[in-house]
Order: sequence, then C-alpha cells, then structure tokens
Amino acid sequence: MRDLMADALKGHDADYIEIHFEESQATSIVYRGERLEEIGRARSSGGNIRALVRGSWGFVSFNHLDGLKAKVSLAVEEARVAGKESFELFATEPAVDTVVPQLRKDATTMPLATKKEFLDSYNNIMLSSPKIQSTRINYRDVKRRTTFATSEGSYIEQAKTDLSARLTAIAREGNEIQQAGLSLGSNGEFSAVEGLNEKAREIAGRAAALLSAPQVKGGEYTVILDPVLAGVFAHEAFGHLSESDHVYQNESLRQIMVLGKRFGGEHLNIVDDPSMPGLRGSYEYDDEGTAARKTYLIREGVLEGRLHSRETAAKMGEVATGNARAINYLFPPIVRMSNTFIQPGNTSFERMLGDIEEGVYVKDWYGGTTSLEMFTFSAGEAHMIRRGRLAELLRPVVLTGNVFTTLQNIDAIGDDLEMNQGGGCGKGGQSPLPVSDGSPHIRIRHCVVGGR
Amino acid sequence: MPDPKHNDAAAGDKRVETEMQNDKARLEEVLCSARKVAEQAEVFSASARATTVQFEANELKQVQSRESSSTALRIFREGKIGFAITSGGGDWEALVDMAVETSQFGSPANFQFPSSRDYSKVRIFDPKVEKIAMERIIEIGKELVAKVRGHTPDVLCDVQITKGTSSVSLINSQGGGGGYDKSFFSLSLEGILVRDTDILWVQDSESSCRSDLVGIPELTDRVVWQLEMARKKATVVTKLLPVIFTPHGVASALLGPLVLAFNGKAVFEGASPLKDKLEEQVFDKKLSLWDDATVAYGVGSYPFDDEGVSGQHLPLVANGVVTSFLYDLQTAALTGKKSTGNGRRAGGGFPSPAISSLVLKKGEVPFQAMVKDMKEGLIVEAVIGAEQGNILGGDFGGNVLLGYKVEDGEIVGRVKDTMIAGNVYQVLKELPGIGEETRWVGGTLQTPPLYCSGVSVTAKGN
Repeated sequence: MRDLMADALKGHDADYIEIHFEESQATSIVYRGERLEEIGRARSSGGNIRALVRGSWGFVSFNHLDGLKAKVSLAVEEARVAGKESFELFATEPAVDTVVPQLRKDATTMPLATKKEFLDSYNNIMLSSPKIQSTRINYRDVKRRTTFATSEGSYIEQAKTDLSARLTAIAREGNEIQQAGLSLGSNGEFSAVEGLNEKAREIAGRAAALLSAPQVKGGEYTVILDPVLAGVFAHEAFGHLSESDHVYQNESLRQIMVLGKRFGGEHLNIVDDPSMPGLRGSYEYDDEGTAARKTYLIREGVLEGRLHSRETAAKMGEVATGNARAINYLFPPIVRMSNTFIQPGNTSFERMLGDIEEGVYVKDWYGGTTSLEMFTFSAGEAHMIRRGRLAELLRPVVLTGNVFTTLQNIDAIGDDLEMNQGGGCGKGGQSPLPVSDGSPHIRIRHCVVGGR
Repeated sequence: MPDPKHNDAAAGDKRVETEMQNDKARLEEVLCSARKVAEQAEVFSASARATTVQFEANELKQVQSRESSSTALRIFREGKIGFAITSGGGDWEALVDMAVETSQFGSPANFQFPSSRDYSKVRIFDPKVEKIAMERIIEIGKELVAKVRGHTPDVLCDVQITKGTSSVSLINSQGGGGGYDKSFFSLSLEGILVRDTDILWVQDSESSCRSDLVGIPELTDRVVWQLEMARKKATVVTKLLPVIFTPHGVASALLGPLVLAFNGKAVFEGASPLKDKLEEQVFDKKLSLWDDATVAYGVGSYPFDDEGVSGQHLPLVANGVVTSFLYDLQTAALTGKKSTGNGRRAGGGFPSPAISSLVLKKGEVPFQAMVKDMKEGLIVEAVIGAEQGNILGGDFGGNVLLGYKVEDGEIVGRVKDTMIAGNVYQVLKELPGIGEETRWVGGTLQTPPLYCSGVSVTAKGN
C-alpha cells in the first residue's frame, strides 16, 4: 500500500497532495418495542485524494484503488480550476507511524449473541415497566482502518473503534406521549453497554413520571446543569465558535474572537484534548496527519486558543492543533472538536443549590445546536429548585443563550468533572463524528428556559 | 470545439455503462448464492456520482468529485430476516455470510418480496444536468454571491452547487425488480453578517432533478428579502403570540413532529399521537397534506421505492381528517395494511417508512394579508434546536435563528434571544390562515406560509 500511494503521489504539479484509504466493518442493532427490528452487518472501503494548487482544493473520493494516479491527477486538475492566491500550509513534521488501539474487551469482536443478550435485558426491563408503550434501542459498533500518505512524506496507518448506543423508553397515557432516554458510547470498549439494568429501570420510570409532570413556565431562571448537560453546553456554547474555519476568513469575527478577550470569570477553563487516552474523541493523529495535542480554548476566563487545521492555522498565523477530521472517506477533513470539557472548580453541588430561591436543575440531554452566537441545548430531565432544594419533576426543557453573555453568567463551577461519551457531532453535512464532552456541575444566572 | 474536460466526461460515461453491466451481473450473482441458503432474497444496489463546487467567504474554494455505491442483501432464512450491506469497493462476496449470521437473530419474515416488474414512468432524469460545464457552475456561484452582496456588501457568502446522477437497481427471488437513473442539481446559499457581536445568518436553497427548474433569481430574491427584513432589530416580550411560519419556517419548526407521527411504525407501536385517529378530524379543515413520489423532477420522486413497491400520490390529511400513514412492506404486514411505497433506505441500508415528497395544499390568504392582519406577532423563518424537544409528542420549538416582529400589520425588524414553543396538534387544529403562495423547500417539501395563533414566545430579560 505504501509503495502504491507513494507512486501515485509522484510527478504532479501541486503544492500539496494527500491520499486517504479506509476499510471498515460495522454492526448495528435496532429495537422498536418488543421487536428486534434490524440487525445488520456492514463492510465498506474507499478513499479520497485532496490536492492543493495555488490556494484552492480539489477533492476526489473513490471506491477502488485502481487507477489511483489518474485520480490524483483529477484532484489536481480540479484544484487548478479554482486556483487563485498561493499559501503555505502550516508546517508539520511528516510522520511515519502505525497506531493500534489497545482495548480490554473490543466490542467489534464480541459475538452477536452476546450483544443481543445485553440489549434484550435492557429492552425487557423498560417494556415491563408501568405505562411504557414502546421502546427504542439503537446500537452500533464500528472498526475502521485508515491509511494516509502525503506528498510531504507522511505515511500513517491507524485503526480505530467506536461504539454508540441509545436507549429510549416511550410512555403513553391517553393522548399524552413522553419519552426519556440514555445516550452512551465508548472508544470500542464493550463495557460501556454492560451493567445498565438499573439505568434502564430509571429511564422507564422517568418517562412514566413525565406523563403527569408539569411544563415549566418559560422565562429567565438560575439554572444548574449536571456534568452531562454542562458538557453539551461547553461543546455548543463555545466549542463550535472555537473552530477556526468559522472565523479565519471573516474579519469581523476575527475581531470578536481576538485572543486575550475575556469571555467569563477567572474560574472558567475550557479545554479540547484529543490526546486524552481512551475516549471517543481520542486519537494520535488527525486526518491531516497532525499529532494530537491539548488546546486551552479559555484559560481563567480569557480566550487563549482555538482549533485549527493546517490551512486555518497558516492563515491566522497560529499553530495547527490536530483538529482536522472527516467522518469517512467521502468527505474532506474540516475543523472539529475532540474531547471538549470545562475543567473542575471547587463549588460543591449542595452549595450551588443552597442559595437558589427559585431555579431549574437540568440533567442529561436530547441534543444541542448553535449558530455560533446563539445556541440551544435541551435537557433530558429537569426539576424545579425551590428555596435551595430540588422540587418537582418537569417536562423536558430547551435552554438557550448567547455566547457573549452566557459564559459571563456562569457563577459557580463544581468539583465533579465527568466525561460524557454519548451522541455524536454534526457539522457541514458530516455527522455523526465521535466526540466526547464533559464538565462538572455548573450554575448559570439569567438563562432563558423555553416553556409554555 | 475540442474541450479536454468534455472528453473526460465522455470517458466517464463509458465507464458508468460498463460498471452498470458489472453491477447487474454482480446483483444476479449475489441473489443466486443467497437463494442457495435462504427461502427468499433481495439485492438492492445504489450508486451516485456528484460534483460540488464550493464557495467560501465569497470566493471559489474547492471542487469536489464524489462517487459512492452500496449493495445490500436481505434474506429470509428459517423464517427470519437477515441483512448485510457493503459500500464503496467493499467485499460483496462476504454479503451472504454476513446476512446469514444476522438472520439467526432477525425478526420474523412476515411478508413476501413483491414480484412486480412494471412501474409507471416518473420523470426524474434530465440528461442536461451531466452536461453542465464546470465554467457555467462557477459562473452561477459568482452570480449568486454578486447579487446578494449587491444588496449588502459586508455579507460573506458560502455557496454550494452540486450536479450529479444516481442509479438504483433491485432484484429479488420472487421475480420482481427494476432499475432507474436520476439526476439532481442543487444550489445552496448561506450568508453571514457580523456587526459587533451580532451575527445574522440568512440562508436558502433550491434543488430539482432538472437544472432549469432551479430558480437562481428566486433564490437570491429570497435571501435579499431576509437581509432586508433583518436590517432593523425589534424586541418582543414573553407571551402568547400569533406566528406566521414561512415555507422555510414550516420546514424548520413544524415538519419534524408531523413526519414522525405519520410513520406507520410509530402508529403500530402506539408511539404516534395519531394512533386511533384515522378518519378523524385532527387538524384545521383548511389543511390537506399528501406524500407524492410522482412529482415530476422532484428530488424525492421515484418509480418504485427501495423495496420494489410503486411510488404513489398518498393523501395523509384531507381537509383536516387523517386519511393514511406511511408504510413499508414489513410494517404494512404487521398491521394488515399494504405498503404505500414508502420503504426507503438511508444510505442504502435497512428499509423503513419515510416520506418521498410532502405537499401541503396551498390556501387562499396572500402573505401580505396575513402580515396586515397581525396586531402583534412574529414571522418565523428558522429555529435552531427544534429537534431537541419531545417531538414524538408533537412539541416544537427552539431559538428563533431568523424571525421578524410584526407590529400593527408591518414588519418592524429582526428578533433575537427569543424562543418559541408549542405543540403541532394544538397549533394546527385551528389555523387563522393558509398562504396562497406555495413553494418547494429543500426539494422535498412544498408548502405555503402557515398563519398560526397562540404560540408561546419567551424572550430574554423578562
């Protein structure tokens, strides 16, 4: 493979060329109520070429390796169509390496029967709970081997595994339908889907309880976010704005996002770190062959860094951070997060709760999204807080905020950091990308909670 | 005139033809070996080629060529369903083994693969699309950017223009099968305007199987209108307000919960609020909605669905009365119905009920008259976070990404830091008005503006 790629890369008139090739195998299992609705296996292979000529990119994806050199020529030609002003990519040391994950119990090698046994158990627990009308379970594991070579001499082979699952319980009474769920994932360790019987019971119980729970009255509240939802908040509220491809060609945004600008209190530290071991957003090299590294986005409340590809780093005069990622060979790498989290502070949950007269405690998540300035994220579970105590269960709520004010309104950061590995991230048509996010409990003043 | 690029395309065409023959032989071969181990079998293959020209921050940035293909095998073995798929240049010889492996755990095979081979023709292929020159595409991109910047010079535009073709082939052990080719052409334009820390997004898109049905001036007119309406800022206070959802707004906020509720699977398992509501008046009498796989040159159209069942015009709501749900073969068999030709495969995978194109019947109220009618209200073009609530229960809502305030019958400016929330079964029960101007949004929904009342609006600061 190495010779094949090296040969295909030779003799083209381009500033830079890279070739990706990947092979993957996946298993997916879907339950809908008592029916195991889909169980499938998938195999896939293919690759792509990216060529840079005078500042513009050509991109060609392909199914077969044959005629690779001609495909490289096509990418070079495409880049030439768009060509304008040249620039140099941020210089990185060409890497030659092989990366193999070390897993204790690799989900992709577990027998189907074992996977089904665990999922059956969770499904039966949810289905046998009171008022549960139906359930959903979506399980997927994938093993991916990628090969990467560049005209600069990099040659990297990486193997990666990923596991994601979601359990949902749907409760019904008359015309009223409510649901509760749990998203989870891992870097391929099967243990992520083991031992969830208690969780399954909890989800079913919560879905049923929501049928008679009141809707919050919409308005501004003091809210406490649990570590899972606070992680989603970090990802949506600030992570996406830290992706330099949103910023690098927009002069006004560059001025807003100038390094050294204050975004929050001194207690606020937000980090993206693909080099943390064993998480879904962990890797050794990104999809441009740049070595993974830890980046402080916000340190002590001040904007300290942002996430870069080699192109955005070069154009902003900053350092490539190893955050160029693609979901698969059909897409070019773009700037993405990896493992993004708020570092722990020192306020206990009890103290945070203690001085709230009326507020909302929000836990777990359905999802989140951002327009860079404004973001929304939704809680899977919510409770009123009255006179410093957790009170009644509420229907799920959607929270919204404005990045330029909300981070300033974080007035307490807990001491209990947890990383959340559920879900996946979508951007530019590429979804879901394995990431993780995390945080300790945090408290936000004046947060808008939608309601009826 | 000799044109090297055109020659490339011609060479490409030839390759498509041989590949198609190879595909057909491969399908037959997979089916043949599957029949040795299974009672019934079905092989589905899809492939696509597309070229995308991308402008970033007003400038031409990247040209992409993509090819993708997949072959999926579904078998009934010892009365149970097995499934496997291979994509890209994946190993299709392993398909049968993988399908056999999964069939041990599969759900009971409760239906037959259809033996139909004759399908009515649906117009979805335009040979002109493939021939659009790269130069012309780049020109269109520049035109779009220039038009929008002509209105607001500071706006930064991202443009994506895609042309492509796809083909589908299906055969099964019951003698059924068919194949078709489809073309597509799409434009999408997104503008961002930053003033201090205020970010304004404007966005629209057009797509069709036929390039001349994609309206370039219509697209820029709508984006320019968004910029114009958002020029000034307006404020709202927290209360119940009437809301006009533009076609874009209908797609952004209301469509998700509705599509879920009409899915035959959700109805079967009782997770749809429309369970037991067939033939009942659930929505306003003015509201009619249908799914239509036969729309000429619609990007969602097809002669047969991904299981070999003919596509059709399927009324879902007639004058407010629920008339049908969407079914694939398996779900139809479970409920004693017939497939409605809505068995679709996302990414070539396992079939499941899904829409082809949805059409919401237009009404009689001009947009301007709706606006004039509002003393105080909102016009919503786009929300973010709409997918995050209890959409299974019909809830909709989110942060208004683009929306305008109406005071005394006039649009006074853009609202920000504002959330809307409601439930489609309450809001669509009585509609003050349905618009007379209708249009396609994103290629698969045709809708007029909807004038709704009593939507919860929550604003920052109160």
